[in-house]
Amino acid sequence: MNENKSTKEEAVLAELDAFAELPDAPPKRRIKLSWVGKLSVAVVAFWLVMCVIGPSIAPFHEMDMDGDDGFMDAHSNEYGTFHLGTDYLGRDTLSRIIFGARNTIGISLASTILAYLMGITLGILAAVKGGWIDMGISRINDAILALPTIMLGLIAIAWLGSSIPVLIGTASIIYASSVFRIARALGQDIMVQDFVEAAKARGEGVWWIIRSEVLPNAAMPLATDFGLRLVFVVLFISSLSFLGLGVQPPASDWGSMVRENLQGLTYGSYAAIWPAFAIATFTIAINLIVDDVSAKSGGSLAKKMV
Amino acid sequence: MEKEKLLEVRDLKISATNDDGEIIPIVKGVTFDVHKGEVVALIGESGSGKTTISLASLAYTKPGLHFAGGQALLNGEDLLSIEPLRTRELRGAKVAYLAQSAAATFNPAITIGEQVTESAVLHGVMTQEEATRRAEELYHALELPEADRIGYRYPHQVSGGQLQRLMAAMALCGNPDLMVLDEPTTALDVTTQIEVLKAFKKVIQEENSAAIYVTHDLAVVAQIADHIVVLYGGEIMEQGSSDQIINNPSHAYTKRLMAAVRPTPQSGLGTEIGAEHDRDLPAVQVGNMTAGYGGIVSGEPKITILRDIDMDVKNGHVVGVIGESGCGKSTLARVIAGLLPQARGSIKLDGKELEGDLHGRKLEELQKIQFVFQMADTALNPKQVIGDIIGRPLEFYHGLKGRQKHAKVVEILEMVELPADFATRYPMELSGGQKQRINMARSLAANPEVMLCDEVTSALDSIVGANVIKLLTSLRDRTGVSFVFISHDLSTVASFADEIVVLYAGRVVEQGPTNEVLDPPFHPYTRLLISSVPELRIGWLEETMQKREMAVGIAKDVEITAVGCPFFNRCPMGIEGKCEQESPPVRNLEDGHQISCHRTIEELNQAEMEIQQVLHGYEKPGVDDSHPTAH
Repeated sequence: MNENKSTKEEAVLAELDAFAELPDAPPKRRIKLSWVGKLSVAVVAFWLVMCVIGPSIAPFHEMDMDGDDGFMDAHSNEYGTFHLGTDYLGRDTLSRIIFGARNTIGISLASTILAYLMGITLGILAAVKGGWIDMGISRINDAILALPTIMLGLIAIAWLGSSIPVLIGTASIIYASSVFRIARALGQDIMVQDFVEAAKARGEGVWWIIRSEVLPNAAMPLATDFGLRLVFVVLFISSLSFLGLGVQPPASDWGSMVRENLQGLTYGSYAAIWPAFAIATFTIAINLIVDDVSAKSGGSLAKKMV
Repeated sequence: MEKEKLLEVRDLKISATNDDGEIIPIVKGVTFDVHKGEVVALIGESGSGKTTISLASLAYTKPGLHFAGGQALLNGEDLLSIEPLRTRELRGAKVAYLAQSAAATFNPAITIGEQVTESAVLHGVMTQEEATRRAEELYHALELPEADRIGYRYPHQVSGGQLQRLMAAMALCGNPDLMVLDEPTTALDVTTQIEVLKAFKKVIQEENSAAIYVTHDLAVVAQIADHIVVLYGGEIMEQGSSDQIINNPSHAYTKRLMAAVRPTPQSGLGTEIGAEHDRDLPAVQVGNMTAGYGGIVSGEPKITILRDIDMDVKNGHVVGVIGESGCGKSTLARVIAGLLPQARGSIKLDGKELEGDLHGRKLEELQKIQFVFQMADTALNPKQVIGDIIGRPLEFYHGLKGRQKHAKVVEILEMVELPADFATRYPMELSGGQKQRINMARSLAANPEVMLCDEVTSALDSIVGANVIKLLTSLRDRTGVSFVFISHDLSTVASFADEIVVLYAGRVVEQGPTNEVLDPPFHPYTRLLISSVPELRIGWLEETMQKREMAVGIAKDVEITAVGCPFFNRCPMGIEGKCEQESPPVRNLEDGHQISCHRTIEELNQAEMEIQQVLHGYEKPGVDDSHPTAH
């Protein structure tokens, strides 16, 4: 018994000496998605693949009016099978959704990336420089934020006409303002951290501090926000299209497809439901991925977003 | 007489489940009892499971943990298997919890009285009137000022120490059977700690309540606990009465803990000055420097923090800067580092004047002065691997690249006693003490002349902190780097520094070689600091409270004044009409020892003699007659 005790004591002391302090911290955790997260990734991946190869696998061209009639249920004729029925002009709904993915997701993605480039650059700059630069950019930004996004979009399109570059430009400027706010807030948080102070005390320049200290620490929250922002842009583009100001016919786009086929609902046609469903799958899937990732990385991310 | 058992913990096991579904035992079968009217201390380092065990008495585990076995019986009821609804009746009413930080516990938008009485009223233990009356009694018992009115104040209107005591009132208001105190004094200055400890002890005795006291500080435990349980890695190493554990520890780990306890600050603890590094010119000279925050108007900052500071850091020396929070210690280091330009006065490096703002300093000057931040957790970029963190100063100051840089990184890791493969790890994968070593290694990599260490051991456990000090000492001996070592912990400074600068409210009140500063005559503030450091001795608290300077000095905040001696309102020897109006003269003693006080050296010596007489009776002579007098 006594012997047992002393060997145990020795073991504790040996442990203390070996580490000279506490045992090592646990290794870093990888982010593992739940099954919902995995499913969402699959859905998003599916749509991204559709953007690329969609037009070559779609049964019809988006402009072909090959159906027997408008607002038909699923049927077949000599041109082929209309799996999801036809829209108000007798075009294949499935094919138009597949073609539309390219427009809806492509425009949204391009706008979001552009919004991020603008927002992060200006946001981090404002956070690091502070003073008058921060003041100037922030007030202009506040002005943009104060206006309803749809109104801004309407004005820009009424002025410049509707085309894909105008859509991308408008959406990116509107959404850059919210990215700016997040980037600036994150930047300010990081700028007061001791490791930035340490870099300043070392004599490092502004660009080195931004590149090596600020950006790597802002990357994760910004990436999460990117997903959310993309959803907003999809919905924004879709709402513009729904109003008839987005992607112009005959090109297909999920938002305009809902609007075109709205009257079909009264005839019991699903032609307006399917594109709405496509918007829902894509946006909800991205949202779920964002939720999953931020929950796994401690949940604090979600708080920072707001 | 055997006291009645209140809480019986039997073979308690608590486990965690990690992401991979593995079960990791955190508490591995712990057994102890808490009797009525008894204070049981759970002592151990971080990771020993002491907080986890204490929370089990509230039938609570932190998220991710679960009870894996054993029993915790409160008045015979097993807490591990009770209904969730029953826990509501239990918590706050039967068992009360006191968290470490009172400032974070109180809601800033609700008056103190409302928060103190809330739980008692909510549980239906008493009506609002009864609870308010009870709270007032407790305010008196806890010796809070203006006991009849403090309940109507908001949390930000009272001091930190008072808030900590108010939290005790909150816990005691509903007459709980058991209190759980989780490190209630750890974050406090020594002078505040003593005030809180005294109040806790008194109220526990008067109320005859039982308590579990969780801490890593043996010296504090010695003052307040009846029974001590020593924990390591979720297991009990040793338990017994306070007397037995403190005076006669049997387990080797307990002995190790005792050895790491901060020794009583006294002369002779410091290491000998490495004479081989001595050069004529001081490494850093601070001359008549005033600094603060806000815009500077004609040499006066809007808010002055430091006033007329004069100090030298000799080559290869360690200068300890000591004072309570709010005295301007960190500000001093920031001024020297150039992070905060001074309003007036000069900072010299090797005799050459430095620009106040670091943007105006040369690269070589920046390289020679390195700042080590207090919190290694925030001072290391979590997204950079250790190799990059240490490698950056090598590249930045010395232009090392590639293999050369890597070799040097390994060499520096070796200097701070860490293995070479740490270079590929992220800070998150390191323990607290290891991070602090990396934090210092980064500064070392610059190959500096002076390292400014801001409270580098404050956030560490006693054993880990002691190891860091050991490392710093060996670094000083090997590299000849000078240190400015900032701490609120006088015993750490006493064991490491060659010279001590005592700061109070932004002014130097005493400075000189460690052995001189820690020997009488003392500045009254130095005396207060020395007396406030808890000793590992039962009965120390009562003894100390008899001293006159304690009655005046504790329980007051640092106030920065522009006129007179800032310490006047806490000084037991203040001269009314003089001290608060005139700046005190600097009295020079031997070996560069300086005391800034209106009292003469004879008067200070006399006061010390009286203190010794109170403590030891008349048979023991107080101060040597041969002691230096003013010249």
